[in-house]
Amino acid sequence: MNWTSFDTWIVVVGALCALACALPGCFLVLRKMSMMGDAISHAVLPGLAIAFLVTGTRASVPMFLGAAIAGLLTALFTQWIMRFGNVDRGAAMGIVFTTLFAVGLLLIRRAADHVDLDPGCVLYGAIELTPLDTVSVGGLDIPRAALVNGGVLLANLLVLTLLYKELKLSSFDPDLADTLGYSSQFLHYLLMTLVAVTTVAAFESVGSIIVIAMLIVPPATALLLTHRLLPMLLLSAAAAVLAAVTGHLGAIVVPRWFGFESTTSSGMIALASGLIFLLAWLFSPSQGIVARRFRRALDPPPLSNTETETT
Amino acid sequence: MHTESLSGQAVFPAKHTEPRPEHPPEVPLAIHDLTVAYHRKPVLWDIELNIPEGKLVGIVGPNGAGKSTLLKACLDLVPRTSGWAHIYGVPYRKARHRVAYVPQRESVDWDFPVNALDVVAMGAYRRLGWFRRVNKTETKRAMEALDQVGIAHLAHRQISQLSGGQQQRVFLARALMQDADLYLMDEPFAAVDAATEQAIVDLLRRLSGEGKTCLVVHHDLATVTSYFDWIVLINMRIVAAGPTAETFSRENLQKTYGGKLSLLEKAAEALRSTPR
Repeated sequence: MNWTSFDTWIVVVGALCALACALPGCFLVLRKMSMMGDAISHAVLPGLAIAFLVTGTRASVPMFLGAAIAGLLTALFTQWIMRFGNVDRGAAMGIVFTTLFAVGLLLIRRAADHVDLDPGCVLYGAIELTPLDTVSVGGLDIPRAALVNGGVLLANLLVLTLLYKELKLSSFDPDLADTLGYSSQFLHYLLMTLVAVTTVAAFESVGSIIVIAMLIVPPATALLLTHRLLPMLLLSAAAAVLAAVTGHLGAIVVPRWFGFESTTSSGMIALASGLIFLLAWLFSPSQGIVARRFRRALDPPPLSNTETETT
Repeated sequence: MHTESLSGQAVFPAKHTEPRPEHPPEVPLAIHDLTVAYHRKPVLWDIELNIPEGKLVGIVGPNGAGKSTLLKACLDLVPRTSGWAHIYGVPYRKARHRVAYVPQRESVDWDFPVNALDVVAMGAYRRLGWFRRVNKTETKRAMEALDQVGIAHLAHRQISQLSGGQQQRVFLARALMQDADLYLMDEPFAAVDAATEQAIVDLLRRLSGEGKTCLVVHHDLATVTSYFDWIVLINMRIVAAGPTAETFSRENLQKTYGGKLSLLEKAAEALRSTPR
């Protein structure tokens, strides 16, 4: 294995991406709205396509604006269909995001005749190519994706630090939030905007499917390891970085064992997230399967005493 | 009054078409002409109610009578189709600091990663305002509130590891943190152990002794006369409201519960067994 500065940048981009996703992802998981991340990550596509068709460039600002608007519209349409169509949130989301995603695909196909906005990239991303597109900052060539994802991570950190108490309250008890004067609706749409913007930043690097793994899996892992909100945020950040590092390592090392070239890093990062979740599920000191078995063996219920003796 | 408004209509049309009786600020809760509908189906119809100050008030009625909705409509949590509710003479949004709400225990996810102290501290959030963190003073107050409901020793326990009664006490401690004058409680006695039930009753008595007003949605007809000074019988409309001794009668219960005989018999038994 020969590790280059390319690999370092890929890991940095992956880690920034995963970190930026994991923070708002914690609140999605706690609000039992994990699939809202899925919906928004798909539904931002028409926003991106329209921003591209209008401005003719892939510059970041119009892309973020287009995505943020599309993300907010997804949340808004879902709410409307839930209320007026009298269907549950899952069904409403299914209607909204598939429709918007389809519109986005059609627009991209239409635009793809003369540009390199490729549906394959939209789905899986191209994290391996991110070190090629650099911006010079103070004499140092930094990949644009690292700057974009880093910026979004900072924005997420800022919002979460400022509104930690408000987001905790409205996620736990939205009615109380409203009665105390913290509009739960405002906080809901704020979170949805964060998710939309984060998704778009992650989009180019890891695509619209892997981004869901980054939004949901590290927070779900953290929830297996702690019962407090702040440790949950920190642990999910740790799980996100760990997945990015081991994922890229896995992508360049593991396939060689079987005589293949290296595989896609974003896919391996998602797979690594899944494996870390599995490890937490098995070995969590408080809720893991192994710990529970162990406790049961140490402290057997009175009736099964004879049974453990015979075995 | 009528002739006056008729004669005055031509001169001051806007001022006289909608008379809005001003409520003196000592009325904790005044509701006028309140109607609430979900999906065009009315849940509450033409509610007219004045709750006196310093009383322990029970809201009693069958399932689906709109008891919870009545509390929520007063707190702007559900849209009102018509009418208004004033708290100490002003709309709710201007009286947030004087009201504490205890929702039904099932309304939140008890697996949420917070401990009892975190939840109680939420009662201080309005005082703190946007962006400001829970400070030492408020943490101390939250511990005191937990102590008042007798579970200070469980402060650092994750909320899913509390019993139903303990969870209800956490909610009450949170309401105490709000330091309100009017307490709206949605079924605080539902599925709690006997010790908790007694603790809640003691707490309610103490609050009303301090001149606070408590409005409590209640299910158990057998305990109505011993717990509450005042009751509101409701079944989509207000059937009767007044001091328990006069209002909690067989006739009024019949009107509230309709033909549900078993419930009525339980109530009759309660009437016989409790000294009035």
